[in-house]
Amino acid sequence: MSFPWANEYKPSHPFMQWMDDRLPLPRLVYNSVGAGYPVPRNLNYWWNFGFMALVCLIIQIVTGIILAMHFAANDTVAFDSVEHIMRDVNWGWLMRYVHANGAAAFFVVVYVHIFRGFYYGSYKAPREMVWLLGVVLFLLMMATAFMGYVLPWGQMSFWAAKVITGLFSAIPMVGEPLQQWLLGGFAPGNATLNRFFSLHYLLPFVIVGVVVLHIWALHIPGSSNPTGVPVKSESDTVPFFPYFIAKDGWTVGAFLFFLAAVTFYAPNMLGHPDNYIPANPMSTPAHIVPDWYFWPFYAILRAFTTDFFFIPAKLMGVLAMFGSILIWFLLPWLDKSPVRSASYRPLYRKFFYVLLVAMAVLFYCGGAPAEEPYVVISQIAAAYYFAHFLIILPIVSAIERPDPLPYSITEAVLGEDESAALSPAE
Amino acid sequence: MAEEAVTDAPELAAGDGVRRRDFINIAAVSVAGVGGLSTLVPLISQMSPSADVLAQSSTEVDISAIETGQAIKAVFRSQPVFIRNLTPAEITEANEVAVASLRDPQTLAERTLKSKENWLITMAVCTHLGCVPLGAGEGESRGEFGGYFCPCHGSHYDTAARIRKGPAPLNLEVPDYEFVSDTVVKIG
Ligand code: HEM
Ligand code: FES
Repeated sequence: MSFPWANEYKPSHPFMQWMDDRLPLPRLVYNSVGAGYPVPRNLNYWWNFGFMALVCLIIQIVTGIILAMHFAANDTVAFDSVEHIMRDVNWGWLMRYVHANGAAAFFVVVYVHIFRGFYYGSYKAPREMVWLLGVVLFLLMMATAFMGYVLPWGQMSFWAAKVITGLFSAIPMVGEPLQQWLLGGFAPGNATLNRFFSLHYLLPFVIVGVVVLHIWALHIPGSSNPTGVPVKSESDTVPFFPYFIAKDGWTVGAFLFFLAAVTFYAPNMLGHPDNYIPANPMSTPAHIVPDWYFWPFYAILRAFTTDFFFIPAKLMGVLAMFGSILIWFLLPWLDKSPVRSASYRPLYRKFFYVLLVAMAVLFYCGGAPAEEPYVVISQIAAAYYFAHFLIILPIVSAIERPDPLPYSITEAVLGEDESAALSPAE
Repeated sequence: MAEEAVTDAPELAAGDGVRRRDFINIAAVSVAGVGGLSTLVPLISQMSPSADVLAQSSTEVDISAIETGQAIKAVFRSQPVFIRNLTPAEITEANEVAVASLRDPQTLAERTLKSKENWLITMAVCTHLGCVPLGAGEGESRGEFGGYFCPCHGSHYDTAARIRKGPAPLNLEVPDYEFVSDTVVKIG
């Protein structure tokens, strides 16, 4: 791991020396997020979002543990205990609003992080494992967010639990029993609420574990960069500390500014008013939609309205919805172009933007009612989405003529001027 | 002496040709494996519906107040049930449909009790993902086929509560029920 010119950890204080001989934890920190970790000097702001995601995860865990101190996971009192947090618990409203809006912010950040990967080909060798673990993280985040949404036991909570577990009932033969096993009953009830709380508390720590693997895998080759050209010499890198800690710190500050603005001035902007109505198993809200970060996938689910050969429409929708994320696992092998960065791939770059548009359309349709013209539009966009990965990417990577790449990162930053190359530090 | 203790050569094994160490290995791993796997049974089955949830209560509903053309929602196993008093026009409409053309082919007669064809009793649970369809309440949309409409993802059911359009795969489920008297029906 790391490059031969990485700074070496040299404890100066006798205690740190003593520690280093027994438990070299400070050395690990120094080598992974300190001055001992060389990073490409040309990283742009799109590379800041991984660190921001980490900050989001910490915010969710801290506010979540606090909420759990006041929340009661029982279907008769859960709704009231959330109102108790909002009205009676000191600063309870702040904890809840930060946790709810923090979850949304986490998804914004991670979506940008994923699209950075699409654009700069971060999923390509030798970083496939970083990417695969990333997709696992995304799936874990979705599961965690869904179960968290159920906990306040309002109308949207209840019907989200019903509809999402209903997805599993589409599986032939075992579907119905599987749904009842997940719910612990015929409909969402106390058993459901209890187990969702247990798992909602557990999964973030599983995420922490997978993040450690994600970063471990990343640190084997080190970060890629906007040119996609690998690091060649010391002048291509700068140490993570202080350079990128400072840069990450400033975007975290900006991020917290936006999070605070939403939390204080529009805390319910992203929520659904119906979730302030206690769960009622007898009546479904007129317009049920999941939280916005599920909309593109929800639109794909709803795009299948007629049977497809012998596969029922319902099963087809569920398969397509899960498939639309699972397909990311294959990305490193679908895009065979040896050039990573879209900056040097004129044709791929165009399709990248078309994919963004298709996903924006799906996003919009996913939030709209299940009526025409949205159904037809989502059918077209969903077809394009799959075509992008399964047809367009393999063809583009076979026929495209990439632009010439710079020789090195240093050259890309400073031009070809000989004297511009950094001389080793004095 | 030490030489004797560590001997494990095949030629010293018992006459049947099985090495003592292999036997112990396989036996130990099998016992541990079967034991390990069987602990999964309670770990998994604890999540299935518990005894109190399964102790299914049946529900008795008084239907005397439901006029022709009206419907109500009752509760059975903590899920809603539609009880509808069909009009003659709705019955004719349901019977005119070519059954073979349906996604889930069933006649109205198969979905109701003999000589009580006007009483259509079904779960109010959309067979797509489980929302409660509209159509029982006054003024609610009844979809393109005049039965029930599920707004969640747009499933349309006809006057016999059969799926006609949208993503749901099956007709609204008919629970077990019987008429205790002319005005009281027992569901479950
Ligand atoms: C819990 C959520 C996540 C956290 C905390 C996280 C954290 C990080 C961090 C700190 C980095 C290094 C800084 C950077 O390049 O931005 C990184 C890199 C990376 N992440 Fe994530 N990540 C998460 C989710 C994901 C997801 C969902 C994906 C993709 C599906 C993904 C794919 C990648 C890739 C490919 C890289 C390497 C980028 C490169 O070097 O060019 N990550 N991640
Ligand atoms: S739940 Fe009724 S259409 Fe999906």
